[in-house]
Amino acid sequence: MRVAGKGHTDAAETVHFTFDGQSYAGRKGETLAAALLANGVKLVGRSFKYHRPRGIVTAGSEEPNALVTVGTGGGQDPNVRATTLEIYDGLEVRSQNAWPSLKYDMMSVNDLAAPFLSAGFYYKTFMWPKAFWESLYEPVIRKAAGLGALSGDINDDIYEKAFAHCDLLIIGAGPAGLMAALTAGRAGVDVILADEDSQMGGRLLAETFTVDGQDGADWAADAVSELAAMDNVRLMTRTTITGAYDQGTYGAIEQVGHHVARADAPDLPRECFWRIVAKRAVLCAGALERPIAFPNNDRPGIMMASAVRSYLNRWGVAPGKAVTIFANNDDAHRTAVDLIAAGVKVAGVIDVRADVQAMGDYPLYTSGAVTATKGRLALESITITHAVGTREIRTDCLAMSGGWNPTVHLTCHMNGRPTWDETLLSFVPTDGSIPGLTVAGAAAGHMSTLGALQSGAKGAAAAVADLGVTAKVDVPTAEDDPYRIEACWQVDGKGRKWLDFQNDVHVKDIKLAAQENFRSVEHMKRYTTQGMATDQGKSSNVAALAVLADATGRGIPETGTTTFRPPYVPVSIAAMGAGSQGHGFAPKRLTTSHHASTGRSAPMIEAGLWYRPSYFPAPGEKTWLESCNREVGYVRDAVGVCDVSTLGKIDIQGPDAAAFLDFVYANTFSTLRENRVRYGLMLREDGHVMDDGTTARLGADHYVMTTTTAAAGQVMTHLEWVAQALRPDLDVRFASVTEQWAQFAVAGPRSRALLNTVLDDPITGEDWPFMSCGAVSIGGIEGRLFRISFSGEHAYEIAVPSRYGASLFRLLVAQAEAMEGGAYGMEALNVLRIEKGFITHAEIHGRVTAFDIGMDRMVSRKKDCIGFAASRREGLLDGQRERLVGLRSVNGTDKITAGAHLFVEGADAVSDNDQGYITSVCWSPTLDSHIGLGFVKDGPSRLGEHVVAVDHVRGVTVTCEVCSPVFFDPDGGRVRG
Amino acid sequence: MRLPCPICGERDRREFYYKGDALALDRPAGDADGGVWDDYLHNRDNLAGVVRELWHHAGGCGAWIVVTRDTVTHEVHGAERVGKAKA
Ligand SMILES: [Zn+2]
Repeated sequence: MRVAGKGHTDAAETVHFTFDGQSYAGRKGETLAAALLANGVKLVGRSFKYHRPRGIVTAGSEEPNALVTVGTGGGQDPNVRATTLEIYDGLEVRSQNAWPSLKYDMMSVNDLAAPFLSAGFYYKTFMWPKAFWESLYEPVIRKAAGLGALSGDINDDIYEKAFAHCDLLIIGAGPAGLMAALTAGRAGVDVILADEDSQMGGRLLAETFTVDGQDGADWAADAVSELAAMDNVRLMTRTTITGAYDQGTYGAIEQVGHHVARADAPDLPRECFWRIVAKRAVLCAGALERPIAFPNNDRPGIMMASAVRSYLNRWGVAPGKAVTIFANNDDAHRTAVDLIAAGVKVAGVIDVRADVQAMGDYPLYTSGAVTATKGRLALESITITHAVGTREIRTDCLAMSGGWNPTVHLTCHMNGRPTWDETLLSFVPTDGSIPGLTVAGAAAGHMSTLGALQSGAKGAAAAVADLGVTAKVDVPTAEDDPYRIEACWQVDGKGRKWLDFQNDVHVKDIKLAAQENFRSVEHMKRYTTQGMATDQGKSSNVAALAVLADATGRGIPETGTTTFRPPYVPVSIAAMGAGSQGHGFAPKRLTTSHHASTGRSAPMIEAGLWYRPSYFPAPGEKTWLESCNREVGYVRDAVGVCDVSTLGKIDIQGPDAAAFLDFVYANTFSTLRENRVRYGLMLREDGHVMDDGTTARLGADHYVMTTTTAAAGQVMTHLEWVAQALRPDLDVRFASVTEQWAQFAVAGPRSRALLNTVLDDPITGEDWPFMSCGAVSIGGIEGRLFRISFSGEHAYEIAVPSRYGASLFRLLVAQAEAMEGGAYGMEALNVLRIEKGFITHAEIHGRVTAFDIGMDRMVSRKKDCIGFAASRREGLLDGQRERLVGLRSVNGTDKITAGAHLFVEGADAVSDNDQGYITSVCWSPTLDSHIGLGFVKDGPSRLGEHVVAVDHVRGVTVTCEVCSPVFFDPDGGRVRG
Repeated sequence: MRLPCPICGERDRREFYYKGDALALDRPAGDADGGVWDDYLHNRDNLAGVVRELWHHAGGCGAWIVVTRDTVTHEVHGAERVGKAKA
C-alpha cells in the first residue's frame, strides 16, 4: 500500500497496466514490483521445480523470484524481472510457470513429491533406459519445470549494438560512482558513468541518509545535474555492465525501449548491446544483501530488509501492515526506524546477536531466530525463538538480512578469485584482478556512505593520475556508521530452508551433495543446480557456500567460490545479434543485370554473397529442367548470354608482375604473349589446389586475373600475403576490380555474329583466335574482349565498366533472342561445364591436388611456386588416389546424385569398400543422359568399368560407367571454330 | 581484442583475418628437405605465453602484420609489418 509523504514518484502521474488480465493503477517511472506491492499483490510467481508460491524478494536486478512475461507474439519477453521493469500505460504482464493460474497451480503437486525430487534427482532417476529419456522423462520435465517461454514467432523488434570509448568507465552510480564521476569529470577526462537503474543514485535513493547536510536523493540529483552539464561526461542509465574483457573492454546491455509502449516509440530499439573500451575503470557496483536460510523462508511477503527500505523510501510503498525484521547486523535495524517514522507498524526485530541495542521504539528479540513461518499464498505469521523463550508473531511482511555481499562479479571475469574478509563475512575483490580496474564503495567493502564517497573519489583520482591527469579529492560529509555483523547462514527447524529461490535449492540439498561426496564447490553447484538459474545465484551463492563449508568441516576460504562468468545479468541473444537477423545476416551483392534477371522472373540463387539467376523461365515451361534444357540448346546451337561478373577480377601491374604470377600459379605466365589469355592453376602451399581461372596479359607489365566466384576473397588475401610476406623483392601492385567491371559470356556458334552487331569495329576469326584478348569499343565505350569458353563452344567474354553493365546485358540478350538464342542461368552454365569436364569448387574442394584432377603436367618443374615442393610429396602423386573421372548412368535414365559414394559392383556399400564419390551431376540434353563428375581410385585406368553409386542419404543406387570427364567434343574443335 | 596496426593504429579484431604462427614467414627453398617443409607447413608449438602470429588487416589497410601477444594474459605487446619482420 502507498505511504503518504514517502517516495520519489508523483501521485498525479498515474498509469494503468494489467497483471494476469487484472487491471491495476501505478505511478509513472516505478517498477512493476513497486506497483504490485502498492496494490497489495504479493503472489507473483511459482518456483521452478516445486511450483511453490513466490513473491517479490528484492528491489533490484538480482531478483530471484518475481519473473514475469511481457507482451505476446514475436515480441514476447519471458523472465523479465518485475523489480527492474518500469511500468507504462497499456503494459500487459503475465505470471509464469503456473497452470491454470497462479493461485491454483496444478503442478504444485511437485511440492508434495518433494522428498523424491532432491538434489541429483535427475541423475539418479532418469539414468535409463535411454529411450525413456527422449519419449517420456524429458517432455514431462520440460513441461513441469521451467520459467517463461518464447512464442516461437519471428521477433520484429529492433535491437541495436554500439561501441564507445572513454578514459574512465565508472560502473554504478551510487554514492561511490557519483563521487568518482564528479572527481574525474571535474578533472576533464572523458568519463562514461553507467548504471543499471533508470535513475542514478543507488542506495541514496532508497535510504534516509544525508550527504553534506542534504537529503541523499537530492544530493544525488544535484550530482547528476552537474555531470549532465559536462561535455566530457556521458551518463548511461538503464545500462548494466555485463562483462569485463581484455584490454579494458567491457560489455554492456542498455534497456532502451522496454519502459515505453511500442506504439509510442515504434522506432526505438528495445535494447542495445555495447562494447565499451576504457583506459581505466572504477567498479562501484555496490553490494547485494543476502537472505538467511530459515525454515520456509520463501513465502510471499518475506523479502530483503534493504528491499523493504527501497519500496518505502524510494517508491513510497509499504510491503506490509505489520512488518517484522530478522537480521544479524546493525544495518537492518534502520528498516525498523524508517518504517516507524513513516507510520508503519513494526511487530518486532529478531536479531541473532546477544549484545545489541534497539535503534528506536520497537520490540527487539535478541539471540533470536525465525524457526517457522505460516501462510499458504502470503505470509501470515512467524514463530521465533529468542533469549527468553519462543513466540508467534502475526506479520504480513518479514524483512531479512544476512549481511551484504560486495558485488565482486566483474572482478572475476578474467579468472580473478575474490578474497574472504573475516570482518565483513563476505568475499571482497582481489586487487589487480582486471587490469586497469579498481574497486570502490561497498563493492570494495566500504559499507558506510562516507566510506563509499571517499573511496569513489580516491579511486577516480588514482585512475586519472595513471593517465597523467591530476584530480582534486573533495568529499562531502556523510554517515560513517560501523558495519557490525555476526555470522548466521541458516536456522535449524522443521521445513525446507531455501537458499536458491529461483532453482529451488535448499540447505538439505547442499548437505546431501556433501554427503554424496560432491564436496568441491563446482561439483556441488552442478549436482544441486545451486546458482545455475537466470539470477546466477547472486543472493544465494555465499550462503550455499557457507553451508557446504560447514557440512564438509572446512572454512569458507578453503571451500572457495564458483566461477563468476559474464554476463552479470541475462543478455538477450537479439541484442548480441542485433542487425544480423533476416537480410542483415549477410550483405547482398547484386550484379548489374540483377533487375533484368528478376524482371524476367529468374529465380535468384546465392553464390557466396552474390545473387545469380538460376534460369530464365519461358512461357509454357513447367519445370526448371525444361528451361535449363532450352538454355543449354541456345549455347550448343545458337548463342547464349550469361552474366559472369561475379568471378573475381584482380588487376595486376608492375615490372615484376610476370614473375609474381609465375610464383603464385603452378604454371607459367611470363611466357604468355600480350593480348593472350591462359588458364591458370593456383595451389596452396601444402600442394593442394586453391583455385583456378584465366589470366589475361593486357600489356608487358599488366595482367588481369580471374578467380572463381567462391574463392575471390581468399585469392586476394593470398596474393597480399605472398607479395608482402614472401616476395617483398618483387615490384608489383594489384587491386580487386571485381565490382568495377561488368562481364558477360557470349557463347555459341553464333557468338561472333552477335558481337559484331554491338561492337563498333567487327572482329574476325583471324584477329581473334581462341584465347586471345584485347580492347574493343562498344557504342563508343572502351571495353575488353576475351575469347575464352566455359562451355566448350566458340565463345567470348565481354567486359565494360559496371555503369554500362545493365544496358549492355539488355542489348546482348535482345540480339541473342533475334538469333534464336537468349539469356542462360546457372543451371545451364553448370550443365555446359559438366559436359566438358570443366571443374568448379565442387571438384577442387580443398582436398584434391593437381595430380588428382589430371593437371599435374601443368605444374612447372622449371621454377619455384607456391605449393610446388609440397605437391611433389609421394603420397600426393600416388596413382591409387581418388582421381577425376566422368560418370554416366549406364541406362542413361537413372538419375545420379552428387555426394553418392562409389563401389565395385557386388561389393557391400560400406566405407571399407569405398572407391570414390560423385561431386557434380546433371541431366545432359546434349548427350540425352544423366552424367556427372567424381573421383575414383586410380580413375583414369578404369575407364569403361561399371561402378555402383550409392547415396545413403537419399536412398539412391545407380550403376554408372566410369568415363573420361570430357563428355562432349573431346578434341575441342568447337571451341576453336 | 584490438590489434595495433602499424599503419592504422589500434583497431578492433573484427577487421583482421588470422593466419597463424609467424614462422610461416620463413619459407624454405623449393628444393629443401621434406622434413623442413613438413615443419614449415604442419608442425606448430602450441605455446602458453608470448607468441608471434600473423594477422591480415583485411577490413582495413590490407597490411599483413606480425602481432606479438601473450596467450596466457592476452596482453598484446606490439605489431610490425611482415616486410620488416623475420620469424
Ligand atoms: Zn591497417
